[in-house]
Amino acid sequence: MRPHLFVGRAETPIAFVESVSGGVRLKALDREAVRAGLEPGLTLADARARVPELEVYEHDAHADHEWLERLADGCQRYTPSVALDEPDGLILDIAGCVHEFEGERRLAADLEERLARRGLLVRHAFGDTPDTARALARYAGAPAPDEKRAVKRLPVAALGLDVDATTALSRAGLKTVGDVMARPLATIAARFGEDAAMMIRRLDGSVKGPIVARRTVPRIGVERRFAEPIARTEYALEILAELATEAVAQLADRHEGGRRWEARLFRADGLVQRLRIETSQATRDVTLLMRLLRERIDSLADPLDPGFGYDLVRLDVALAERLDASQLKLEGGEARKGEVAQLVDQLGTRLGRVRVRRFSARDSHIPEQAELLLPAAEAPAPTPWIAPETSEPPLRPIYLFDPPQPIQSIMAEVPDGPPHRFRWRRTVHDVAHSEGPERIAGEWWRRQDIPTRDYYRIEDRRGRRFWIFRHGLYSEMEAPRWYLHGIFA
Amino acid sequence: MNESSALIARLKRIATTGMPTQGDGRPDDAWLTQGMAKAQLHEVFATVDDAASAAGFSVASILAARAAPVMWMRTEASERQGGRLHATGLVEMGLDVSSLVLVSVEDETSLLRAAADAARCHGLGTLLMESWGRAPKIDLTATRRLMLAAEASGVTILNLRIGAEPVPSAAASRWQVAACRSRPLEADAPGKPAFDIELLRRRGGQAGLRWRVEWDRDANIFDHTVFDQTAFASGDSAALPGTGIPVAADRAVADDAAASVRRSG
Repeated sequence: MRPHLFVGRAETPIAFVESVSGGVRLKALDREAVRAGLEPGLTLADARARVPELEVYEHDAHADHEWLERLADGCQRYTPSVALDEPDGLILDIAGCVHEFEGERRLAADLEERLARRGLLVRHAFGDTPDTARALARYAGAPAPDEKRAVKRLPVAALGLDVDATTALSRAGLKTVGDVMARPLATIAARFGEDAAMMIRRLDGSVKGPIVARRTVPRIGVERRFAEPIARTEYALEILAELATEAVAQLADRHEGGRRWEARLFRADGLVQRLRIETSQATRDVTLLMRLLRERIDSLADPLDPGFGYDLVRLDVALAERLDASQLKLEGGEARKGEVAQLVDQLGTRLGRVRVRRFSARDSHIPEQAELLLPAAEAPAPTPWIAPETSEPPLRPIYLFDPPQPIQSIMAEVPDGPPHRFRWRRTVHDVAHSEGPERIAGEWWRRQDIPTRDYYRIEDRRGRRFWIFRHGLYSEMEAPRWYLHGIFA
Repeated sequence: MNESSALIARLKRIATTGMPTQGDGRPDDAWLTQGMAKAQLHEVFATVDDAASAAGFSVASILAARAAPVMWMRTEASERQGGRLHATGLVEMGLDVSSLVLVSVEDETSLLRAAADAARCHGLGTLLMESWGRAPKIDLTATRRLMLAAEASGVTILNLRIGAEPVPSAAASRWQVAACRSRPLEADAPGKPAFDIELLRRRGGQAGLRWRVEWDRDANIFDHTVFDQTAFASGDSAALPGTGIPVAADRAVADDAAASVRRSG
């Protein structure tokens, strides 16, 4: 599934195709395509003949699976027990989990709304067993007064048998699951196989199929409850330090370190105060964590207010990553790097992550777009910068104005040269040396009407070196303007 | 463990650079090839018009001292008035920008606070603080704190003051930087970065020295010899000193020289 394809799209039918023996066939369709009369299994040539505007993508079962896994992860907000029903279903065991949502309908509505926001169309059904829920969700037609009767009205396809068995059932005049249930089980088993009989028993509830829940590693979370609420923030911090020590011990057992942590202070009157911290490297360093937590508290707009006291303090490791003991024994350069990373975390926690940044190279020839400043805590592996040519002076300024600053050309030289004299910030600069033009065309594949820039490196009579450009060629416009884009050292 | 690795780093530093507080024992022009003394606080002053020269000189000094990695802190006023830093240009000065961490702070109060943390970080080579305007909070007390932190951690701190007047401070040295005309290349193109440097003050050493230097990125040193015999200095080589000359005595001569340079250019 490619969710972004479906969000907010107009009526172009979409199909996913798969190469099978005998040609390319449709594998999955969107609503529009179904409405246009297509169905899975059709050859692409046929489908194209019927619906010429069909948009076609390669079916990627692996991506589908990953997407489903991610949805399943998301569904763990409702219940820890989520099973995949490949290729496009999820089974949630919500027994005992609905109290938070005041009933299963509210839970389903919440889930549907979340998925709809991602452009997903969902059908859901409740069932006493996973199998009835699954069958109802996939095959339910007309509404029925209760679950039993709803199951009986399901078409025989809901039994999930192979194509031959399903056809055989229909030929025998058994159209619905109810029809099949009305027959003696032994006959069904003898005629249509043991699987059919088993499925019937599962659907009528006499046998309960298990939910094969995905094995998930529970997140590490430690907490302390207090019969007598604690009213001092300082004491709460001590508790957090103890909790951090416990969490770190658990992480060490798993050979992991935490990268994202969340401390929650539950006040007796119901208010929850959250402190989130993040480090750029996985860590098991309690001192560091406590320092970051204190930074976070210092940077809060409203200071921590214990009010009547906290009766529950909890620390969760929201994101853990592999961290072997050997990685901790850093030497020399690595140790220094680690210290800088700690400093980056500390400053980022206090000032905000977007204020502590690193440069990252980007593939653009437009100077102001050629580089990107990313938060240092999450900057990707350093990108190689193009080494300057030996014995060449710098060709790019160290300070860049964005947007470029307009300058007033007082005396232009020849049409294709830089000005002789220009005014910038109320100061007149006489150009002594210049080099150029270096022509940088606009990104014409994005927009047509961007004028070309002709750049000049110039030095004025006092030794100040500037990077200026004429915005537009004389052939493009009548009186192109001049801008100062940067200053050299 | 943290402590021991810090100690190792410190010992290494001492082994490679001599004593950690060498500040005063070095020859006057040691900074040309070795950069400014490490583990100290230095001040670099420049007018608003010479901001880029001062920043370029600071970067070059860091490179000469081989004092990477660098953390560059700027106030919002710096960013607004001086323009933003351009990585490609810094790379062309010779700086490895992949190890550069850029910190943007609101004003000089948060600049000092963030700097106090960074100054204690053993992993850092140089902390470059850039502020614009008078910045009265960066005073004797604040600089003394920074100096102490620098001596303890081994971080070199360059305090870049654009458009500010010197006030009493605890810095080991104070420099004034201005743009200087480069030696033009073929076809009259502007040449390598050149600076007009004045050592205004220096703890326990001679002050009032003046140099005219070119930054040699390939060799990682400031070159002061080039200005002696070039066409640039036509006829007034005495005024373009190869070694420092006391400015107090020669101020008039130096000014004269500048004037004649303008004429010849």
